[in-house]
Amino acid sequence: MNKSKTKIINVDYLARVEGEGSLYLKIKDDKVQDIKFKIFEPPRFFEAFLRERHFSEVPDITARICGICPVAYQMGAVHAIENALGASLDNNLRELRRLIYCGEWIESHVLHVYMLHAPDFLGYQDAIQLAKDHPEVVNEGLRLKKIGNEIVTLLGGREIHPINVKVGGFYKLPTKKDFNSLLENLKWARTAAHSMIKLTSTLTYPDFEQDYEFVALRHPDEYPFNEGRIVSNKGLDIDVADFEKHFEEEQVEHSTSLHCKLKERGKYKVGPLARYALNFDKFSSEVQKAAKDAGLKEECYNPFKSIIIRSVETLHAVNEAIRIIENYVEPKKPYIEINPKESVGYGCTEAPRGICYHRYNLDSNGLVTNANIVPPTSQNQKSIESDLRELIPLIINLSDEEITWKCEQAIRNYDPCISCSCHFLKVSIDRE
Amino acid sequence: MPLNKTSKPKLAVWKFASCDGCQLSLLDCEDALLAIADKIVIASFPEASREIIKGPYEISLVEGSITSAHDAERIHKIRRMSKTLITIGACATSGGIQALKNFKDVNDFINIVYAKPDYISSLKNSTPIAEHVKVDFELRGCPINKLALVEVCNAYLNRRKPNIPTHSVCIECKRRGNICVMVSKGIPCLGPVTHAGCDAICPAYNRGCYSCFGPSEDPNVKSLSNQFEEMGMSKDELIRIYRGINANAEEFKNESIFHEQK
Repeated sequence: MNKSKTKIINVDYLARVEGEGSLYLKIKDDKVQDIKFKIFEPPRFFEAFLRERHFSEVPDITARICGICPVAYQMGAVHAIENALGASLDNNLRELRRLIYCGEWIESHVLHVYMLHAPDFLGYQDAIQLAKDHPEVVNEGLRLKKIGNEIVTLLGGREIHPINVKVGGFYKLPTKKDFNSLLENLKWARTAAHSMIKLTSTLTYPDFEQDYEFVALRHPDEYPFNEGRIVSNKGLDIDVADFEKHFEEEQVEHSTSLHCKLKERGKYKVGPLARYALNFDKFSSEVQKAAKDAGLKEECYNPFKSIIIRSVETLHAVNEAIRIIENYVEPKKPYIEINPKESVGYGCTEAPRGICYHRYNLDSNGLVTNANIVPPTSQNQKSIESDLRELIPLIINLSDEEITWKCEQAIRNYDPCISCSCHFLKVSIDRE
Repeated sequence: MPLNKTSKPKLAVWKFASCDGCQLSLLDCEDALLAIADKIVIASFPEASREIIKGPYEISLVEGSITSAHDAERIHKIRRMSKTLITIGACATSGGIQALKNFKDVNDFINIVYAKPDYISSLKNSTPIAEHVKVDFELRGCPINKLALVEVCNAYLNRRKPNIPTHSVCIECKRRGNICVMVSKGIPCLGPVTHAGCDAICPAYNRGCYSCFGPSEDPNVKSLSNQFEEMGMSKDELIRIYRGINANAEEFKNESIFHEQK
């Protein structure tokens, strides 16, 4: 008989995620006793310093929550404020909002798939080492990522913290001619996105299906970006304005990020797997076929396969960008005039990592009196811990180094953005 | 890039309170990334790699501001391991947008965001790296310009001075051929007092500069405030325009406090 053995695995600083986090595992007699996915990112108090700012300043401030997905924080802010002030944008402006989001999805998904997640599947420390053996793969990823950034730069002025997004529209509109070279690049990107799906479909996946409650936006006409109802595969179907009635944030001692849960049922999952399962019917037949050819069904419960779904969504975003550019009609005015009033408004958009909720209360001068922002990573924290709890018994006989790497990979399934949620990752394993 | 023929210089990237955007700029050098990685060893860059090669490092790039007691200690360790320490971005250089808390009671802020404030440790102020350790070069911007980052690293590896202009956004604006938004449209603009580096992007998009790059050398902030007042800006608007991305930069901090106390 083996003696009772406790083992602690500590990953002090998790790599290839955005922000600072760590993982602590305590294993006794090959059973998991404690898991803490810790976020130690220093708090930055965005909701506090949004108070007393004018609504027109909000998208420039919220962008700074995250350097990877600033567009998401700008979109959530402008939609919530426009909702508060009763403004509705014409279809041409709305299409440009979708286009800049396509750019961010491409840039963020490709960064994660090629630079952050693929090295786990292929056994490399990072993409630069991967590039030594497979330069053509990494170069293709870098070129595709660059095209996503070109969309954001063209519409937003620059790729990180764009300056052209405004409550009511944009500061300046692109002309049809501005899109010429981008459109050529996007046609290459379409072929590259198909090869990205093929490549990710050939990776090796553990048999690891989980019973998730998926939560995503659903829109009657399109795969969701900026608008829709918040729905789940377990019966939730609510207006964005009712988010706080159904979800609550709780604070836990080991994290500077708040954990968000469904009041009735607890943990849930947002992001690519959730969007895909709840909106598969909204993909074009080309994207649906590419997903099926990659071996996916219309729903996927294996979080490791999120890398294939990010690739499928990249193809969708490329095609959507092509569609918007080909049909682009320059709006009459870059933005609509909006007058302040005492009000409250709600917005929820699909950031690359999942739904991101915003609420703003405004006074009669248009100053923010209260703000609430719920980023995707704080919603996924409970699911991340639960995945780890289920995964570890399956890999308990591996070495500590292998357990550590597998756990890191499982965390990276979520592409966690810790800078955002703080409102990163050390792993520690403690074995007895 | 490096002169040393025998071993490649080691580069490390460090993060403090920030949004990760400035270090992402390195990964955004899509065309140059693999060429750069061929000339130097990216020895510690947790956002991109699991592998950590021990110091000392030829160059440390530091992103983010100091907001916790733990980080105030950590930066000293990093300084000791680094031959050259370069701060990247507004957070590391002036305290960043999170320095807005410096003007309020931090406990009020913690109470607004967190239900159990006892678990949160945060220093009263968000401060730039140079307030804690010697900094060899401060690269400004929110975010930094990625080409400027490549230039600064290249300069230090080749032991020359970085070619980074210190004049104002106003000069960039004229060079770009923009029409002045303040003169022609009456839009308040911080371009006259803001450090160059973005290529006058906001005026090119029909809006006023909001100073992502912080104060330029010897900014005439008083004169600009007089102009803003003549344009009809209220006291609160004047305070807010200086309390943005670089609120804690000396010249902007003093000016916003001046208007607050007036």
